[in-house]
Amino acid sequence: MSAQIKYRIGKSAGFQGLTILLASSCVIPLVAILLYIIRAGITKINWSFITNVEKPVGEIGGGVAHALVGSLIIILMAAIVAVPIGILCGIYLGENRNSKLAYWSRLSVDILQGVPSIVIGIVVYIWLVKPFGYSAISGSIALAIMMLPIVVKSTEETLKLLPDNIKEAAYALGMPFHRVILKVILPCGISGILSGVMLSVARIAGETAPLLFTAFGCQFLTTDVRKPMETLPHLIFKYAISPYNDWKDLAWGASLILLIFVLLLNFFTRLITRKWKVQL
Amino acid sequence: MESTIVKAVNYNSYFGDNHVVKDVNIEIPRNNVIAVMGPSGCGKTTFLRGINRMHELIPGATAKGQIMLNGEDVMEMHPIFVRLKIGMVFQRPNPFPNLSIYDNVIAGYKLNGIKLPKAERDKIVQHSLERVALWKEVKDSLNKKGTFLSGGQQQRLCIARAVAMEPEVLLFDEPTSALDPISTSTVEELFHELKKNYTLIIVTHNMQQAARCSDKTAFFYMGELVEYDDTKQMFTNPKDTRTQNYITGRFS
Repeated sequence: MSAQIKYRIGKSAGFQGLTILLASSCVIPLVAILLYIIRAGITKINWSFITNVEKPVGEIGGGVAHALVGSLIIILMAAIVAVPIGILCGIYLGENRNSKLAYWSRLSVDILQGVPSIVIGIVVYIWLVKPFGYSAISGSIALAIMMLPIVVKSTEETLKLLPDNIKEAAYALGMPFHRVILKVILPCGISGILSGVMLSVARIAGETAPLLFTAFGCQFLTTDVRKPMETLPHLIFKYAISPYNDWKDLAWGASLILLIFVLLLNFFTRLITRKWKVQL
Repeated sequence: MESTIVKAVNYNSYFGDNHVVKDVNIEIPRNNVIAVMGPSGCGKTTFLRGINRMHELIPGATAKGQIMLNGEDVMEMHPIFVRLKIGMVFQRPNPFPNLSIYDNVIAGYKLNGIKLPKAERDKIVQHSLERVALWKEVKDSLNKKGTFLSGGQQQRLCIARAVAMEPEVLLFDEPTSALDPISTSTVEELFHELKKNYTLIIVTHNMQQAARCSDKTAFFYMGELVEYDDTKQMFTNPKDTRTQNYITGRFS
């Protein structure tokens, strides 16, 4: 074997090794974060931590129940607003690839995706909080604006992947447009659309910035959506910047719960994509 | 009953400024197999898709002239109604991937929201699958997804789906070009059976197929209907030199 060939084989092996090394290095940050948060948070989590609400400083046994309930309510309301609009917009973009409206709407969605979350928070503050006061609803609207582009994009991408001949088959059977969409296109793309929705929920579950001046936070367990409400990320923020050690410990516990929630969402997303995938 | 079922009168279709089908006049008799052949890009598929108004689904596509179905202009009818009367089978088998074999056959009713009693549905499914000679092969696996079948079976499933709606005319857009030779001959045998109940219009690239299966043949070239005659006549004694050149393989 000539030296030239040996050199090339060596270079190829080196390059391959480099890609493997860098690919595995992507895992390091996640594992490091997971380990650290689990170590710091696992001892704080127990039944009373999950079922109790905030206690004044110095009293032992404060919990995160009010933040858990608040997060769930606010995320649910955000999803109720963003998911239908996002899916319908995604359908329009998938069906009308070249119209003027599609161009502008796609551009807006792309830009919206890049708007910093704190800016969305400020805008919602001006629109809703200034006239009506701090409320869970305003927090949901801010989060819905953040969810929207993710749902639109994932719906559009899913529909683009469906072959046109399925749609033609439906039209050739004399189906009107709405039935083609509802009975053929959506069921065929359901796994992709749902996974987009779940990922968007996972994405907003940890958002803190837009909630700072919308949902604001609250010490009590409340389900009144017209009033301020506590959420997990905001609770973590509040506890973590406090000077008290027992509050800081609670922040670690709450971080772990939030992390578990997001991981579970990702896990279920994968499950859904695999189970409901329509074989084309 | 009148013998002409579909009739095109000065039919033209366009993609934007591109004049694809030029002034076609044709009369198609009931319960016949009509083959439409011609080189690629001659407008035969576009003409076929004009008959059930699938042509207009493509952005920028327009059509002029008349297509008469039983003496009524389909351009005046609602496209949904036209497509219920004129079924279509495509080049590639396209069963609905999310539906079972059973639901695929009944899809035209089910997805259109037409409610039928179970016994009636069962009857339609069995009848339609028998018509396409698929019943024996799939009767034990009706609940499996349609996409589990082989390509040839899928294509017959698609024909069954069109037949289930009891249309008057069936359009086939190169129905065997994605199939192997054995599946092709099964589908071709079907044409002879199906024409007892329906009128078949088949676009094909394959001259042998046109010669084997059809009663009448139309030859399209550059968007024009060059010649339309009994298949035997067309293949033994074509009148136009362009037809002759095509059949003898001087261009394709």
